[in-house]
Amino acid sequence: MKEIRIHGRGGQGSVITAEIFAIAAFEDGKYSQAFPRFGGERRGAPVEAFIRIGDKPIRLKSQVYNPDYVILQDTSLLQVVDVLQGLKPDGMILVNTEKSPEELGLQTQAQVITFPATQIALEILGAPITNTAIMGAFLAATDLISMKSLEPAVREKFPGDLGDKNVKAARKAYEKMREAL
Amino acid sequence: MTMGTKRVMEGSMAIAEAIKAARVQVISAYPITPQTHVAEFLAEMVANGELEAEYLKVDAEFSAASVVFGSAATGARSYTASSSQGLLLMTEVLYNMAGMRIPVVITGMNRSVSTPVSIQPDHQDTITFRDTGMIQLYVEDSQDAYNTHIQAFKIGEDRDILLPVLVAADGWTISHTFEPVETFPQEEIDAFLPPYNPLYKLDPKEPVTFGAIAMAHNLMEFRYLHHQVMHHAKKKVEEVAREFKERFGQDYGGLIQEYRTDDAEVILVAMGSLVGTLKDAVDEMRETGTRVGVLKIRCYRPFPDEEIRRVLSRARTVCVLDRSISQGYGGPLTIDVKAALHNQRGPQVLSFMAGLGGKDVTIESVKGIVEKAQKVADGIPVDEEPEFVNMNWNIV
Repeated sequence: MKEIRIHGRGGQGSVITAEIFAIAAFEDGKYSQAFPRFGGERRGAPVEAFIRIGDKPIRLKSQVYNPDYVILQDTSLLQVVDVLQGLKPDGMILVNTEKSPEELGLQTQAQVITFPATQIALEILGAPITNTAIMGAFLAATDLISMKSLEPAVREKFPGDLGDKNVKAARKAYEKMREAL
Repeated sequence: MTMGTKRVMEGSMAIAEAIKAARVQVISAYPITPQTHVAEFLAEMVANGELEAEYLKVDAEFSAASVVFGSAATGARSYTASSSQGLLLMTEVLYNMAGMRIPVVITGMNRSVSTPVSIQPDHQDTITFRDTGMIQLYVEDSQDAYNTHIQAFKIGEDRDILLPVLVAADGWTISHTFEPVETFPQEEIDAFLPPYNPLYKLDPKEPVTFGAIAMAHNLMEFRYLHHQVMHHAKKKVEEVAREFKERFGQDYGGLIQEYRTDDAEVILVAMGSLVGTLKDAVDEMRETGTRVGVLKIRCYRPFPDEEIRRVLSRARTVCVLDRSISQGYGGPLTIDVKAALHNQRGPQVLSFMAGLGGKDVTIESVKGIVEKAQKVADGIPVDEEPEFVNMNWNIV
């Protein structure tokens, strides 16, 4: 079983990212579970969401303490939240930033990957709503969920034109991340 | 057996899907965290015509309960949901509903009770309904929530039962968690759950009195009959769960559910979403040879005392995990389990306060509980009971 923790600010779509990942992983034939930090959702406030993905039905209902992966949507949280807390030493953190991992200077044994998701979001969505770009980048970096399953899951949550744009953002991010790796 | 459609959905949606599938005719609810999503999803379903029902907006939970009490008395299938203080505000109506034998289904989306103000999950709200005379079922996950809500109408509306049914589902760990849920075709649900056909109903053309006054010569007799019906409901809960399993292949137990208890020396007893974590913990401990199992209490009222005795008398030590507290005595579930085992040369019962106010219970916490049980079985002295699991002693 793999566990993912997403850090963002209320309004950046962290909870919806968790939901879309759970839908897509299930579409891939795996079992999944997604949930927010209980009672933490307020616009602008630090928000966390969690995903579990496994080959067996997931019965565990406790919180996630030692994630395999962390996604950081907004580096302004680095001053507020210990985003590395409990991250497995052989795990990975994906950070939305234009900086390189060296410039970012996170103190962790885990792999640090940086990706300019805001740039892609502004370019394709015309707004700094980064979650679908982050999803694409995460998929490219981990192979945990397939792009084929992510697309219908994104469209389920964002119908119509918005869905097209978000799928485009995810795809573009996926390709860009693949090239970078 | 019917095959359904499996998709990932929020626990609150699983409940709303069940209410829609049950073709509920009257809904009244007042939003409160963490019940809100259920109230919203149902409002949306009614507004867009997916569900043909009256959705009555009200000023508070007392009114919501009163509305569905009245509508159910006229013979309409009726539903409400709430959490925490909202549920408490319904209390007066719930006693009335049960005493008048009106079958309403109520979701108790479990949340702690003020004060301190908390929106975190525990069972303090629904446990206060112990003596209302409602049937009370606790669910383990979103699938169980879907199944149980549909079963609840069939149990409560049965002419031999006629009682409100409370379905308790943990806030957040069920209400706000996304997981795969299998839902079933409408015609299959219809075949399982036909329309409500009341024995008596409020009808201006044929006036009857509901809730007439009782005097010293007959009040106790009413209580006796109600108590008898609750006993009889034990069979009905089992029967309906069995039929649901045969039709839909879903099995979350009837009154209780056993998990790896056959040769277990230590048995963990709990209700609600904690049970999933306990099952995982048991699997891990079994790998290293610890003989441990889980007994889930699915039906809290009527209380399955005989069934519990049958399972627990085989164990050396029983650990009851309570998600609420009766201040001044201890865990309500522990008290009931101990009472069920009285006069038995059975196991020692240990009490644990686990998951109050959303305090997390991990696999490691469960292992600690089982280690304590093993010490007790070996005659090693342990700390006083009940144990408050994962207590932060620094702030006490």
